[in-house]
Amino acid sequence: MMSKEMTGAEMVVEALKDQGVEIIFGYPGGAVLPIYDALFHQDKVQHILVRHEQGAAHAAEGYARSSGKVGVLLVTSGPGATNTVTGLTDALMDSIPVVCITGQVPTHLIGSDAFQECDTVGITRHCTKHNYLVKNIADLPRVLHEAFYVASSGRPGPVVIDIPKDVQFARGLYAPPRSAAHKTYHPKLDADVETIQQAVRMMAAAERPIFYTGGGVINSGPAASTLLRELVGLTGFPITSTLMGLGAYPGSGENWLGMLGMHGTWEANHAMHDCDLMIAVGARFDDRITGRLDAFSPGSKKIHIDIDRSSINKNVKVDLAIVGDCAHVLEAMTRMWRAEAMSAEKQPLDHWWAKIDEWRARKSLAFRNSETAIKPQYAVQRLYALTKDRDVYITTEVGQHQMWAAQHYHFEEPNRWMTSGGLGTMGYGLPAAIGAQLAHPGSLVIDIAGEASILMCIQEMSTAIQYRLPVKIFILNNEYMGMVRQWQELLHGGRYSHSYSEALPDFVKLAEAFGAKGVRCSNPASLDAAIIEMLDYDGPVIFDCVVDKIENCFPMIPSGKAHNDMLLADLSDDAGIEIGAVIDEKGKMLV
Amino acid sequence: MNAPASPPSPYSAATPSAKVESHTLSVLVDNEPGVLARVVGLFSGRGYNIESLTVAEVAHAEHLSRITILTSGAPETIDQIHHQLERLVPVHQVTDLTLSKRSLERELAMVKVRGRGDHRTFALQLAEAFRARIVDATTESFIFELTGKPHKIDEFIDLMRPIGLVEVSRTGVAAISRGPEPI
Repeated sequence: MMSKEMTGAEMVVEALKDQGVEIIFGYPGGAVLPIYDALFHQDKVQHILVRHEQGAAHAAEGYARSSGKVGVLLVTSGPGATNTVTGLTDALMDSIPVVCITGQVPTHLIGSDAFQECDTVGITRHCTKHNYLVKNIADLPRVLHEAFYVASSGRPGPVVIDIPKDVQFARGLYAPPRSAAHKTYHPKLDADVETIQQAVRMMAAAERPIFYTGGGVINSGPAASTLLRELVGLTGFPITSTLMGLGAYPGSGENWLGMLGMHGTWEANHAMHDCDLMIAVGARFDDRITGRLDAFSPGSKKIHIDIDRSSINKNVKVDLAIVGDCAHVLEAMTRMWRAEAMSAEKQPLDHWWAKIDEWRARKSLAFRNSETAIKPQYAVQRLYALTKDRDVYITTEVGQHQMWAAQHYHFEEPNRWMTSGGLGTMGYGLPAAIGAQLAHPGSLVIDIAGEASILMCIQEMSTAIQYRLPVKIFILNNEYMGMVRQWQELLHGGRYSHSYSEALPDFVKLAEAFGAKGVRCSNPASLDAAIIEMLDYDGPVIFDCVVDKIENCFPMIPSGKAHNDMLLADLSDDAGIEIGAVIDEKGKMLV
Repeated sequence: MNAPASPPSPYSAATPSAKVESHTLSVLVDNEPGVLARVVGLFSGRGYNIESLTVAEVAHAEHLSRITILTSGAPETIDQIHHQLERLVPVHQVTDLTLSKRSLERELAMVKVRGRGDHRTFALQLAEAFRARIVDATTESFIFELTGKPHKIDEFIDLMRPIGLVEVSRTGVAAISRGPEPI
């Protein structure tokens, strides 16, 4: 093993190279100057200067999610570190591998309330998978490599390495990554064969089975998606997915029921409710998925495949737990299904599919289109129609536009859809689009946004301009924090307390002020031409799509209701605004 | 330390299993800075209870510490705590000693009692019955050292209260499994 003497700052850069890192996102400051100096002397690792550290974290997430690699950011101590907290929490909730290197005041000043000092490891302990404060140069090489291992192994997540400035200056011996096993952290990839066999037998015996898949399939790597498609094809089972799992199974696939959950399709939620066997793959029974827990899929046996043992039985008690990596388990399942010729023993699913077709016939995503105003759903549909044949990556902010994007934009491949699912972070989409664009320079990257969310990280337009990243920001502008407005309409008597987007900027002029192109459209008839204008422009574009202000996002499982208790768009239209009456007092307490 | 156990989900209309059990978890961890904060933070962050917690290095050369946590909750909550602890990177092993049903639990307490005359005699007699040692004495006070199961110490303290209990310091529970094997 070749050990070389160098400074701590040089070790950081050396370790990044050895870990195959090509791009990092960052913002310099006093406590990381030695590392920035080390970056200055080399050109293997490209540094992308963001305009706010939160942007660096989301950009690293977008980079990681679209490429399958670890996203890396570098920030200074104090405010630099605290500004990353939202992004780190986001990565923790959505299991995104991120390594965040923070500068710290010199070790002798730690605890003295020094300038730009904060307890970074204390603050980030709750929003990282693991974190380190490196007080001794001798520990630095090991910690740097370990951080990448921890971030990317098992259930991925964010890892922080806090490096005091004196340790960055100190000299020590650097060693490249070793293959030696980690002391304590060894996630189990292969699951117990017997258990998988039992699962396969349950699957063959099922009359009303369903696959419920999540972000774990995407995190497991492209092989997991391929195997999932194979298994769905072999079994002929219907499949639905969480917001995080979109793209693992193609949106055009025959067995696809659409997304499930609070804004999922009628067919997906009803099939989940009425199934006799649920196979959860890399999904965690989030409250947005299950709705009312005691009425969640009451008649089914549940199989849960997850790499994280603590996800099992956390919210929903399951009948068969398979702890392992999705790809490994799906491979074994597919193999066993074939070898034991399960298709021969399999129950006929005709009745089940007939029932599903009835649900599908409700066309729960339908909406009343308009000739005078652009309906937000129509805008997403047109965006999809005009971009689906291109090499496209979609990010979103958080709110109604996010749900409409999930419902009306369809994904054929994994890693094409980047959205803040668990934490629900407004401001995620633009920096994530920047990260995705850097990972895929020749591809089309679109941030489907809301006019309120986009303002939360709008400063990153400068980053897009500086690095000539042609990201397209497609704002569904309804002049409201739409999801807040929708809940106020449904639950708070239409008292729109502080949810109106007052004093909005002129987004076209804003784009121009940054040096980007601005496009505005408010007429359905000219929407296609305007979208094409956006796509044809070689550079960043802000598209101000002025949409119907009071459109609500349906279908919807109201708070405290079960999967078979959904609201559909037509119901609300026919009944006037009576939805508030559907939600009881208990439901109003819920988030 | 005694936050109410949180419901499993804001959408849970079902009342979580009302059965509350006390369990002793033994957690073997790397003795590194912040490891205790990780464990304690997990409990506070997820709304679990800690009734008692002890921690000390048990293998100096290997830098291993053993954390013994007495916690309470519904059986499914205890199961969650177990697996959440296992997720922490510096954790080597988590054992639910209550489930294994073959464990010894001990706690040490020092109990300061103040009094004169009959009270003094009383205190000495009770201390003898509980096999408490006198580790400090003045003309008007004693400090008793007592080892035993937590409920035995509770009893002793309850008896000392009317006699002139001044203050108590307890270590929290240390636990180990019976027989020749390690946990």
